[in-house]
Amino acid sequence: MTLTAAAPPKQAPRTANAGRRRSIWSYWRFYLALSPFYLIFLVFGLYPVASTILLAFQKWDGLGPRTMVGFQNFGFLIEDSTFWLALWNTIVLFFMSTMPTLAIAMALAVMLHSAVRLKGVYRIAYFIPNITSLVAAAIFFAAVFSTNFGLINAALRGLGLPTEDWLGEPWGIKIAISTMIVWQWTGYNTIIYLAGLQAIPTEQYEAAKMDGAGPLRTFFSITLPQLRPVVLFTVIMSTIGGLQTFTEPQVMVGNNGGTGQSGMTVVMYFYNQAFFNNDYGYAGAIALSIFVLVLLFTAINWKLLGGRGRS
Amino acid sequence: MRWRGLVLHGLLAIAGILCLFPFYWTLVMATNSTSDIYRFPPKFTFGSQFDDNVRAVLENVAFFQSMGNTLVVAVSTTALVLFFDSLAAFTFAKFRFPGRNVLFVILLATMLLPAQLGAVPQFQTMAAFGWVGSLKALIIPAAANAFGIFWLRQYFQNSIHDELVEAATLDGCGFLGVYRHVALPSARPALAFLGIFTFVASWNDYFWPLIVLTNPDHLTLQVALSSLNRSHGVDYSMVMTGALMAMVPLIIVFTIFARQFIKGATEGAIRG
Repeated sequence: MTLTAAAPPKQAPRTANAGRRRSIWSYWRFYLALSPFYLIFLVFGLYPVASTILLAFQKWDGLGPRTMVGFQNFGFLIEDSTFWLALWNTIVLFFMSTMPTLAIAMALAVMLHSAVRLKGVYRIAYFIPNITSLVAAAIFFAAVFSTNFGLINAALRGLGLPTEDWLGEPWGIKIAISTMIVWQWTGYNTIIYLAGLQAIPTEQYEAAKMDGAGPLRTFFSITLPQLRPVVLFTVIMSTIGGLQTFTEPQVMVGNNGGTGQSGMTVVMYFYNQAFFNNDYGYAGAIALSIFVLVLLFTAINWKLLGGRGRS
Repeated sequence: MRWRGLVLHGLLAIAGILCLFPFYWTLVMATNSTSDIYRFPPKFTFGSQFDDNVRAVLENVAFFQSMGNTLVVAVSTTALVLFFDSLAAFTFAKFRFPGRNVLFVILLATMLLPAQLGAVPQFQTMAAFGWVGSLKALIIPAAANAFGIFWLRQYFQNSIHDELVEAATLDGCGFLGVYRHVALPSARPALAFLGIFTFVASWNDYFWPLIVLTNPDHLTLQVALSSLNRSHGVDYSMVMTGALMAMVPLIIVFTIFARQFIKGATEGAIRG
């Protein structure tokens, strides 16, 4: 329900049929109230993105003239092995971090849902990693995976196992980065799943109990289907965030992505091309490809998990 | 089935300890010297080097200035977001005007645009405005956002009755009067959530400040911390102390408001 005539117009009607239809000027307060967002969006949201799309078809070093070069940047992109490596790293990191995050979060949420005591304390503890500064957390995880004094290697040594040069080898770097992402996001998703679980009507569980369904069957036939919209939400949020990973590898292994550039993500590659090589047109092409990648993955998720039809 | 409850709480507690362990371990490293950190087996107790480490951080990076900058950015961004977003959300939620639906669909669509990919033209805009290196470059683009408007609008729709708006209007309240006397008081929990969310995001922001804050003497905390890590990476106890100093104020703020915040965060996800 919305109001039609909350603020009566002060000026006299101007047009002939204004008796029934108010002049658009009489709504000026509403447009003024909305204007800050749309102004900021036009200048700092739409313009940069639209301009980036144009940039992808241009050659520009930031100083000289901008010249149209058609699809040349994309031609270079296809031939560029570093770009493909960055793309591969990004997708591998996305799977290595998102899958454990969401699986552990679901398990924790189900357990937390059935626990009665200390629920509030657990919720706060689980949420804290998510509000921790990415830079500080990346510094911490780099220390934990350090070859010389890291806790992981100390534990391996204590157990008499060979130590690893975690941040010096391709898979070690990926394991360190995804461990950090899992730490930062598992609790957040647990809290979201928990809220979803609490919204499921209890009658359904009682009915399942009457039918003699065990806990596993109940989980797969009632809980999961009911949670589908919530799972879709978390998967899409993880996709949008995960495919744009930047801070974790940049702080842990540096701008170049470490050994064999195995920590270099597409957003890092974009950052390097734009702000170190000043190859703005090429950076624009990379940016556009990331945008397409995010859209593609979101569409796949939507298809697989079946989004609810909503207006 | 007592053992089942024990296993359950055991697993939940392990997860909780893993979430909080980094803070304990950062504190251990920050109170010991770098040579202590290199010991095997590792030292798990707090040391007495904290003062020295803090002094080293303050010598190597303009910590308090960076923290001041971060506070200025986070506080002004939060205040602007709360004002602009609530005003727009209230308008969308309770009034009808030409183009309302189109404008709202545009608002939703803007959330799909990956803002950080527009960084190159964004930097050019800042250069044209003369804002490169200035905190304005961080505050103004973040002063209103679609997420907050969307989130608050749902809240206004559910929590404010149309009759209340009507009554206030009949009492002679203008648009701003209704906003101030009806909308704002009833939206306090929602505003609290959006405020903390914006503050935390602003405090931890890294990508854009890294690009636009070009003066190394005028940084935010996250960028200063990252440059400390890069230039003094071998002095681990000092870098850890810096990391601790950069995250603790926020953790304290969060813990105070945690209940309200978590409630708000989950409601947004479930309804959205």
